[in-house]
Amino acid sequence: MVRYYTEDHEWIEVEDDNAIVGITDYAQGQLGDVVFVETPTAETIFAKGDDAAVVESVKAASDVYAPVSGEVIKGNDALVEDPALVNSDPEGEGWFFKMTLTDSTELDALMDEDAYKEFIADL
Amino acid sequence: MRYLPLSDMDRGQMLSKIGVQSIDELFVDVPQEAQLTGPIRELPNHASEMAVERHFQALAAKNTVAGQVPFFIGAGAYRHHVPASVDHIIQRGEFLTAYTPYQPEIAQGTLQMLFEFQTQVARLLGTDVANASMYDGSTACWEAISMAGRITKKKKAIISAGVHPHYVSVANTMARFTGDELLTSLPTLDAPLNPEQELLNQIDSDTSCVIVQYPDILGNINDLSAIANKAHEHKALLIAVVTEPVALGAIKSPGDMGADIVVGEGQSIGVGLQFGGPYVGLFGCKAKYVRQMPGRLCGETVDATGKRGFVLTLSTREQHIRRDKATSNICTNSGLCALAFSAHMTLLGEKGLRDLAMVNHAKAVKAADRLCAIDGVEMATGHYFNEFTLKLPRDARAIVQELADQNILAGVSLGRLYPKSEGLDNGLIIAVTETVQDEDIEALANALEASIKGGAA
Amino acid sequence: MNERDLNQGRPSRISDAANDSAIEAVTTFSGNKALMLDEPLIFELGSSETCGVDIDVMEPVESRLGGLERNKPIGLAGLSESETVRHYTRLSRQNYAIDLGLFPLGSCTMKHNPRLNEKMARVAGFSDIHPMQPVSTVQGALELIDELAHWLKTLTGMPAVAMSPKAGAHGELCGILAIRAALEARGDAREVILVPESAHGTNPATAAFAGYRVEEIPATEGGRVDVDALAARLGPDVAGVMITNPNTCGLFEPDMRKISDLVHAAGGLVYCDGANFNAIVGRVRPGDLGIDAMHINLHKTFSTPHGGGGPGSGPVVLSEALAPYAPLPYVTKSDDFFHLIEEEQSLSDDSDTFGRMTAFHGQMGMFTRALSYIMSHGADGLKQVSEDAVLNANYILRSMDDLLDAPFGHSGPCMHEALFSDKGLADGFSTIDVSKGLIDEGYHPMTMYFPLVVHGAMLVEPTETESKHALDNFIGSFRNVVTKAKEGDMSLLSAPHFAPRARLDETAAARKPILVWNEPETAEAAE
Repeated sequence: MVRYYTEDHEWIEVEDDNAIVGITDYAQGQLGDVVFVETPTAETIFAKGDDAAVVESVKAASDVYAPVSGEVIKGNDALVEDPALVNSDPEGEGWFFKMTLTDSTELDALMDEDAYKEFIADL
Repeated sequence: MRYLPLSDMDRGQMLSKIGVQSIDELFVDVPQEAQLTGPIRELPNHASEMAVERHFQALAAKNTVAGQVPFFIGAGAYRHHVPASVDHIIQRGEFLTAYTPYQPEIAQGTLQMLFEFQTQVARLLGTDVANASMYDGSTACWEAISMAGRITKKKKAIISAGVHPHYVSVANTMARFTGDELLTSLPTLDAPLNPEQELLNQIDSDTSCVIVQYPDILGNINDLSAIANKAHEHKALLIAVVTEPVALGAIKSPGDMGADIVVGEGQSIGVGLQFGGPYVGLFGCKAKYVRQMPGRLCGETVDATGKRGFVLTLSTREQHIRRDKATSNICTNSGLCALAFSAHMTLLGEKGLRDLAMVNHAKAVKAADRLCAIDGVEMATGHYFNEFTLKLPRDARAIVQELADQNILAGVSLGRLYPKSEGLDNGLIIAVTETVQDEDIEALANALEASIKGGAA
Repeated sequence: MNERDLNQGRPSRISDAANDSAIEAVTTFSGNKALMLDEPLIFELGSSETCGVDIDVMEPVESRLGGLERNKPIGLAGLSESETVRHYTRLSRQNYAIDLGLFPLGSCTMKHNPRLNEKMARVAGFSDIHPMQPVSTVQGALELIDELAHWLKTLTGMPAVAMSPKAGAHGELCGILAIRAALEARGDAREVILVPESAHGTNPATAAFAGYRVEEIPATEGGRVDVDALAARLGPDVAGVMITNPNTCGLFEPDMRKISDLVHAAGGLVYCDGANFNAIVGRVRPGDLGIDAMHINLHKTFSTPHGGGGPGSGPVVLSEALAPYAPLPYVTKSDDFFHLIEEEQSLSDDSDTFGRMTAFHGQMGMFTRALSYIMSHGADGLKQVSEDAVLNANYILRSMDDLLDAPFGHSGPCMHEALFSDKGLADGFSTIDVSKGLIDEGYHPMTMYFPLVVHGAMLVEPTETESKHALDNFIGSFRNVVTKAKEGDMSLLSAPHFAPRARLDETAAARKPILVWNEPETAEAAE
């Protein structure tokens, strides 16, 4: 399992052709209390960078982009009932959706953990 | 000038605090050529209160006031008696001169009122939730069609022939730009074989929603259950439009018959005629669709000390946050008209609304019986509440004008609502509310009879 | 002495035992605090049998309701008239309002609402007429609309106006639809509307609604539209621009004429958001700046009441290029008779109208108020209105900019509103804390966090209807609160302390929305 990060503050954890996607701890901290999450339905097909999910705080609504191209396996239903999971455990229980990858070379353009840490330190 | 408190001495002191010599220096960013040198010359200078009042009275005197003549006009706006306290309440400065309640700690008055309004509207329409109001019924109707498209992800809307033609016109205008497909049709004065069946036949799997009006433009009331069922079978929504909410004191609510979204014109409760606006759009729906709703929503919460309070909520749907992805570009609601509606509804209560509705119905029945006794006049409406359509032996528009010249406002001719539509010219829509008296009905009946005879001669 | 002349034990001075520390702990049985009164909901107070209206009961008739009679309760609660008046009066006292004090809400223009306007709107000849009356019976009403239209055209220097839009955002939609209709008519609908990043949220929402893609134009460091960036982006796909002038930073766009010329040269059209027309009315005519459409918020420039969030009214002035596409209905005059052009006439004369935006003719009740305001001020008074509005805003700007960062203050004067940022506030303190501190000072806060181009924006618009005395008092309070926020006064973080409510939990409200009242479940029902 390898974890990658995007400049839009998504993380993607990859095992073979399958991946889990969520938003980073930094992102949830910037958003504040999350009140609503809309996750994609199974079998939705994304190109890299497409709007994949929506996360809302009281005062902001943000799109979560597909970090790579692929097809959704399932969205995280637990977030519908308890959106606060995104705040309490963003990089664990608060994941957004699982997907299969169509082109694993797209991962090369993403950051690893250290690079992401450096990236947010500069923000 | 009575509304401007600064004196010339104040202005001088303020300019020196700012560090400029003259007011012109504050307009330095405006290019010289864009600035006017003096007051706009084509317009008069300021006027006293007395002068303004005189001018307005002179203009007002050229209008025929509804309350001073036999009055039977409806077709989307209804004349009901508004209790005196309603106007007092909406003129309280703390309501009249407040802003949108974005600072909830000092806007609980407006917010609690909106929460009560939402509850009243939802219960009246038979929906789970309602919003804090829209501009009016016609814009609420289009917003509902647009919302159904977001929910079903389909673009074909079927609009029943009974929907107010101006509402259809608004929807057509908007659909032209959004690419929605609207199926529309015209009503008829001769009993159609089975109007409901025609609508049912149109519903298919591409249908996003079916829009019906209840009571409809001709005054008909019909059970909506079969249409709701068929729509739901095809994963389409039923949108019901109510232009006369007083009716819901007497008849089943659209929500109870399966409507998914119910919109309405709230004008007839508390707001008054006002020549068409401002009015107040009602908007309710099933709870599961709440995040797709347009407009403002007020919700209950607690404050930092645990006391119940109210806030505007789910605002991420709205334009000031979602910008180009908002559910609607709507910004204002119709707050003060919502207050008028809510205060009037509070004065009426359950019992008052039901009594009022029955008085309306009884007067309408009385008027219908009297008018249909005139030779050549036929009833063109089946079941009805306080409004019905008559088929006259000649062009109703000319008759309406003749009667208006005799100071009787007889109703709305279908010729005006449906220009150049064959077979409708002889239709006259008549509304009878509690404000109509027996002698008004007599006056209308006699004048109508005379006019028909005169026309035939 | 007569026994009754003695004071019966009533003390004539405050007891030494009374002191401030005791006051904190005082609670009341009711939960009220003297004049600060809580009020239950109608549904908790009233009953289904109570009614505050006497209705003349009629003899029953044979029903024509066709079996659709309501067969279950609606669930409404009624109150008597005395309870109703008290209910709303108590609620009203929990609201801040212009009638109570200065309301410095930038971009919203909260100015005094003259009561003459209310009186004029209630003249029966305007308030008690039906929109579908024969036009021969409403000649005075149509004349009033025509007269207001004339003033609006003259003040803006534009040839036409559409009166029916119901609010500012509806007016924006009207303008953009007219642009789209005009472009479609020449067979070139185009795809993109350019909007500056400082724009009101309604601008991109409106453009998207009309089927356009929205692209942002950056601002210069001086807070204006970056004209070079705009010029570079113009092309055959750009339908037009939407520009607010004066803009939402409270600054006039000095290159507006140039922008219009550039857009026109590229085949596009210019929409001007007229939300801030109040800053220039009577001094500048937007028509002289080359625009094609502009909505006018009657509640901002012409002081129709905000009413706690509407109703508004948003007439749209149009250039010659757009006038033929104006929506129905509209008023025309011939041979001293006013006509209302509805679907019928438009069908017969090959009109290019893009359609209808609302069921009837627009916000008549707002037209009467706006005309009353305009006549009261006249051409001379309206010029004074914009000058005093700009003077008051600059007075606040220069009375605060030594203490609070004014990002565009160094480049010159502002127009009708002064913009500040949260730069320099203590760590952990934000604009919202300044806002809530102002509430305790007895003011409605300024607009916060808008426009988005300035961090922690505070947008202050005093309007022309404030006296110097009122401005000085406000400045004193504003300086006091900002000083606290810069010094890190912790009491500010829990402000307001003296409002009817403390800060409200908006997160809880949004996570589990409660949008209507439901009867509490009784013990029996719960079983």
